[in-house]
Amino acid sequence: MEGDLAHIGAGLAAIGSGAAAIGVGNVAGNFLAGALRNPSAAASQTATLFIGIAFAEALGIFAFLVALLLMFAV
Amino acid sequence: MASDTTAAEGSSLVFHPMDQFIVKPLFGDGAVGMFTITNMTLWLALAIVAVIALLVLPTSKRAIVPGRGQSIAELTYGFIYKMVEDICGKDGIKFFPYIMTLFMFIVSANFLGLLPMSFTTTSHFAVTAVLALAVFLTVTILGFVLNGAGFLGLFWVSSAPLALRPILAIIELISYFVRPVSHSIRLAGNVMAGHAVIKVFAGFAAITVISPVSVLAITAMYGLEILVAFIQAYVFTILTCVYLKDALHPSH
Amino acid sequence: MATETKDIVSACVDSYGSAVGMPQLCGEWMGNQIFWLVITLVAIFLILSRVALPRIGAILAERQGTITNDIAAAEDLKAKAVEAEETYNKALADARAQAQAIAAEARAEIQADLDVAIAKADAEIAAKAAESEAAIAEIRAGALDSIQAVAKDTAGEVVAALGGQADEAGIAGAVDARMKG
Repeated sequence: MEGDLAHIGAGLAAIGSGAAAIGVGNVAGNFLAGALRNPSAAASQTATLFIGIAFAEALGIFAFLVALLLMFAV
Repeated sequence: MASDTTAAEGSSLVFHPMDQFIVKPLFGDGAVGMFTITNMTLWLALAIVAVIALLVLPTSKRAIVPGRGQSIAELTYGFIYKMVEDICGKDGIKFFPYIMTLFMFIVSANFLGLLPMSFTTTSHFAVTAVLALAVFLTVTILGFVLNGAGFLGLFWVSSAPLALRPILAIIELISYFVRPVSHSIRLAGNVMAGHAVIKVFAGFAAITVISPVSVLAITAMYGLEILVAFIQAYVFTILTCVYLKDALHPSH
Repeated sequence: MATETKDIVSACVDSYGSAVGMPQLCGEWMGNQIFWLVITLVAIFLILSRVALPRIGAILAERQGTITNDIAAAEDLKAKAVEAEETYNKALADARAQAQAIAAEARAEIQADLDVAIAKADAEIAAKAAESEAAIAEIRAGALDSIQAVAKDTAGEVVAALGGQADEAGIAGAVDARMKG
């Protein structure tokens, strides 16, 4: 029973990955919008784009980590 | 009839998506000790071979007009060199071999892991945690050695209103210590998740009707994994550069 | 299954060889993994920092140097070409000026010769003219004398025919007077 609850919890935690996907999409979309307005500045900002994506994704990774821990470690 | 086939299919549907990550001794059976030569040792050694094959062998001719292999080596060199120079500045160049090591190891391990039947070393938290902790310790020690107590200014956001600063300091401190966690789990998680998903799709291929879809899905995931293999190495490297910049120039 | 005889080698792998839980979280492998990983990283670092990176850096620097040298050489050659063109133009201008000078000199020389010749011709013409004039004057003088003699003779005859005694001196004086008239 406890294991079942942990599985449900893991599934709930996986929702966090979807939230992170929204965040990453936001970052990338806004970058694209900005890059199309000023294409000359886009190349110099790709590093910033990846850093922003990485930070947004980090929180999704925590959700993933929680899911993993619930699945396998609890 | 229908229930029979379902049962038969049900029994053939065995998922072991995590079996590909098992570390086992390469020669004979037995426990995995500290110095046992395992399948992981083999694939780490192949990563070294890949690095040599990519960067050392093609450049042995030292041609002024580069061939194909030498061009790849030079492009890789220029790519990481420019990244380090752009983000860390001129004084970050002395860490270039260190960052290049990280990048080359992760890239070759990721791509070697994409070979069928291979063992993906970067999917293990033990591996990525060592890499991330190495970066974290380097940055922290370097920051204090270079800047002394001034390195703590990283957490004291002087551009914020005074009342907010202690709260921001706590947030900055937490985010600083979370860095190695996210740094390592991002890489291992991405690689592991992709490989596990491919294995799950492969498990579905046991059902005859679904198998074409399954093969298509595996192909698509494989393409995505090729992308992920490079992008995660790139992200790991670029974040290492960003963290290193904090140690070299701690002021925001 | 032979689970009883085959001892379970690991807490992370069951007797079927499948993973128990996540292999990534299996603590008993971590020492081994970290050991081999550190060896790998050190090996890659040594390979890169001792062999690969200095070599690629040297190749890139050498290429940069070659390109810079080539550009410098090309600029040098270009400067030389410009210089050669200037020299050529200068030589051409010199030759042209010299040719003009020679032409002018030749013209002056010819002019001088011409002048001398003209002067000589003028002098000759003048001499000839003077000579001719003298001859004409002589001829004219000779003619007058002849006329005088004829007139005297004629006058003497005319006087004799009329029956008079011709006085030689009177006739000569009268003719001379008439001739001067």
